[in-house]
Amino acid sequence: MSETQSEQVLRVDAYPTHEVGGYRVRAGKPFPFGANVVPGGVSFSVFSDQATSMTLVIYKRGEPEPMAELEFPEEFRTGSVFAMTVFGLDHENIEYGYRADGPYDPVTGHRFDARQVLSDPYARLIAGRDVWGVEPDRSRGYQYRSRVCLQDFDWGDDTPLGIPAEDLVVYEAHVRGFTRHPNSQVTAPGTFAGLREKIPYLKELGINCIELLPVFEFDESDNPRSNPETGERLFDYWGYNTVSFFAPKAGYAATGRYGMQGDEFRTLIKDLHAAGIEVILDVVFNHTAEGNEQGPTISFKGLDNATYYMLTPEGYYFNFSGTGNTVNCNHPVVRNYVLDCLRHWVADYHIDGFRFDLAAILGRALDGTPLPNPPLLELLAYDPVLRHTKLIAEAWDAGGLYEVGNFPAYGRWAEWNGKYRDTVRRFLKGDAGVTGELATRIAGSPDLYSSRGTAASVNFLTAHDGFTLADLVSYNDKRNDANGENNNDGANDNNSWNCGAEGPTEDPEINALRTRQMKNAIAILFTSQGIPMLLSGDEVARTQQGNNNTYCQDNELSWFDWDQVDDNAELLRFTREMIAFRKHHRELRSTAHPTGQVRENLGLPDISWHGERAWQPDWSSESRLIAVARCGTGDDDVVYVAMNAHWESHDLELPALPGGRSWHLFADTGAEAPHDIRTPGGEQELDNAGKYLIGPRSVVILVGRTDDPEML
Amino acid sequence: MTLNVKERRNKTGTVLVATGEINSETSGSLLQALLPLVREGKPLKIDLTAVTYVSSAGLRTLLVVYREAQHAGVAVTLYGVSEEVRFVMSATGFLDFFETGEAVAAAAKAKAKAKAKAKAKAAR
Repeated sequence: MSETQSEQVLRVDAYPTHEVGGYRVRAGKPFPFGANVVPGGVSFSVFSDQATSMTLVIYKRGEPEPMAELEFPEEFRTGSVFAMTVFGLDHENIEYGYRADGPYDPVTGHRFDARQVLSDPYARLIAGRDVWGVEPDRSRGYQYRSRVCLQDFDWGDDTPLGIPAEDLVVYEAHVRGFTRHPNSQVTAPGTFAGLREKIPYLKELGINCIELLPVFEFDESDNPRSNPETGERLFDYWGYNTVSFFAPKAGYAATGRYGMQGDEFRTLIKDLHAAGIEVILDVVFNHTAEGNEQGPTISFKGLDNATYYMLTPEGYYFNFSGTGNTVNCNHPVVRNYVLDCLRHWVADYHIDGFRFDLAAILGRALDGTPLPNPPLLELLAYDPVLRHTKLIAEAWDAGGLYEVGNFPAYGRWAEWNGKYRDTVRRFLKGDAGVTGELATRIAGSPDLYSSRGTAASVNFLTAHDGFTLADLVSYNDKRNDANGENNNDGANDNNSWNCGAEGPTEDPEINALRTRQMKNAIAILFTSQGIPMLLSGDEVARTQQGNNNTYCQDNELSWFDWDQVDDNAELLRFTREMIAFRKHHRELRSTAHPTGQVRENLGLPDISWHGERAWQPDWSSESRLIAVARCGTGDDDVVYVAMNAHWESHDLELPALPGGRSWHLFADTGAEAPHDIRTPGGEQELDNAGKYLIGPRSVVILVGRTDDPEML
Repeated sequence: MTLNVKERRNKTGTVLVATGEINSETSGSLLQALLPLVREGKPLKIDLTAVTYVSSAGLRTLLVVYREAQHAGVAVTLYGVSEEVRFVMSATGFLDFFETGEAVAAAAKAKAKAKAKAKAKAAR
């Protein structure tokens, strides 16, 4: 025996004290909750405030009927926690759940039913939906089966990357959709392992943070609808109805059928980190898959309905999420549950941050009213384990609470800036009277985040929810018939413009304008202060054929089409160079909102606004042209971005530059590729130093610098 | 499904041939067979040609053996890893920790090729 192999430590609690149902057991430890492998057995701990009795139900893996039902002896209860260690279990080959007995009285909020086997809310693995899309056997009594697992993954020297928030370039992606397309050429399409094979693509694109749509276990078959046109079944493809919060989705793992989804996901995270890419998870704590009183009982409903859900005085479910139920986030027990969950993902999966779906709900009181000082948000902001993770709120909910700019941030929370999205979209399509607000948005929205800095603003033009960038410039109206809801689902306020034809067209002028509009969008996004977020596929003009709500579409409407990497190489190159440009210029990533203060080394303000005439921006209601020049502390160059949403070209007078500097062209979306963009540092000096003709609906980016450092 | 293990000793070290499944039920016996061999200090090859499945617990057992061997300065190489087992090991990250015979052979082949190339160049 070598000194590295741990000696078996003799422990008194490694011996049973009781026998229940033919199994040797002893009182377990209340904490931690869940199932934990301990010397000689497995310790099970579960909380229920109102249960009168609790039974541990154990199945041999995959068997329909239990192999044991062990009621917790009364003396194994501490407070409202039932805890028991069961000896001699082969943890790899069992599944477990609970029967909770107690009052069934919906008016008072209690829905106990001892006939139901309940999933452990703390289960770290779930069996039952092991392979994506396999039709489940719904005759089985216990669908989502908790499993025991070790947490002994070898992380090697993996440590948090700690990329400053202002330096992030976020890429929002769907685990399955990213590599599911047959042309992805990966070994296991649609899985964590498949995504891992595409890390080189992400690295080359230049993003340094991937934000994954929900990866907690959900049931993709939880959608009764079918496509009315084709009859094909529809799915819960996005996965916003969480079944189990501590378990990675087995169907997203090539090894899910072996129960190894945890290791597969961790391996992906480890390799993303090694490539300099952080991982943010999109998390959904506002509601669960249990729906309202019509929905299934999976876990919380049967364990402690009145604790976990916001209920009306009559015992019905409040519906601030738009999906049937609302999690009672600011109940002290539920607060701790959310905290335990996030700590688990940070400590055991090395997750770098979280984006909270419909986060305004996290600030509601037990009766649904918005709280001025929500304890959950404060708890997460100050938690020792979460201390350096990124916390991003979708600062609204389906109940009408809209908190963009007012989300209780505690100096920690950033927000998806919906106002940025709407303003830039309106500008791009040529709406009048937008230049003033556009200026505010691209300067990091100081009207919303004056005390929090620019990194509080996650700037995005597109996300999973809504049109893709290609569809934003190809459709005036959504085309959601395939979702089976008579085109009533999905947003109507898209601020999109089809450039002259609805949907695909052979018209070369319209197609050229669409490409230009996409480049304009990308150019504005990556030169705005704040954290840019790009929707996966927008860099290659991914289309959803006008469907702006593909939550149910597990098909080519949603999947990343890898042929487009070659077909749309021009847009991909443009996006790569824009990301590189942002990295190259600190003045674009400044955390401080600009003040107009003059930089001594350049004699120019940190930000200045220009129009056709230098120093004379046109803020009038008919103006569709605005230019901004930025120079940051310690920067030797000046970045000038002219944005023309007008359908006519304009002669720009450029501001004069100090000390031997001259204007160099980095990008002009009005120019034919490859002259539309250059490599940062390889900009071409302008012939006519004081002037530049900006074409119709174009963005021009110039760098004011010297090619001779001696001149400085 | 059971697991059978057989040892074969030769001049270069020991080969342990495993047949069956390595899972939570069988990995204990595998560990008992392997640890004494690691302690002998001779190079060890684990032949998995006849292993159809390695579970999560099985992978962890192999990794424990590998760590013990590293500590003792003993070379452990896996041989005959089937395509499915190799894929599972790769997807879950375990493959990164092991020397596999195929990789060793490929490296040796590449080295020989480079040597031949250098020789040819020198001859010109």
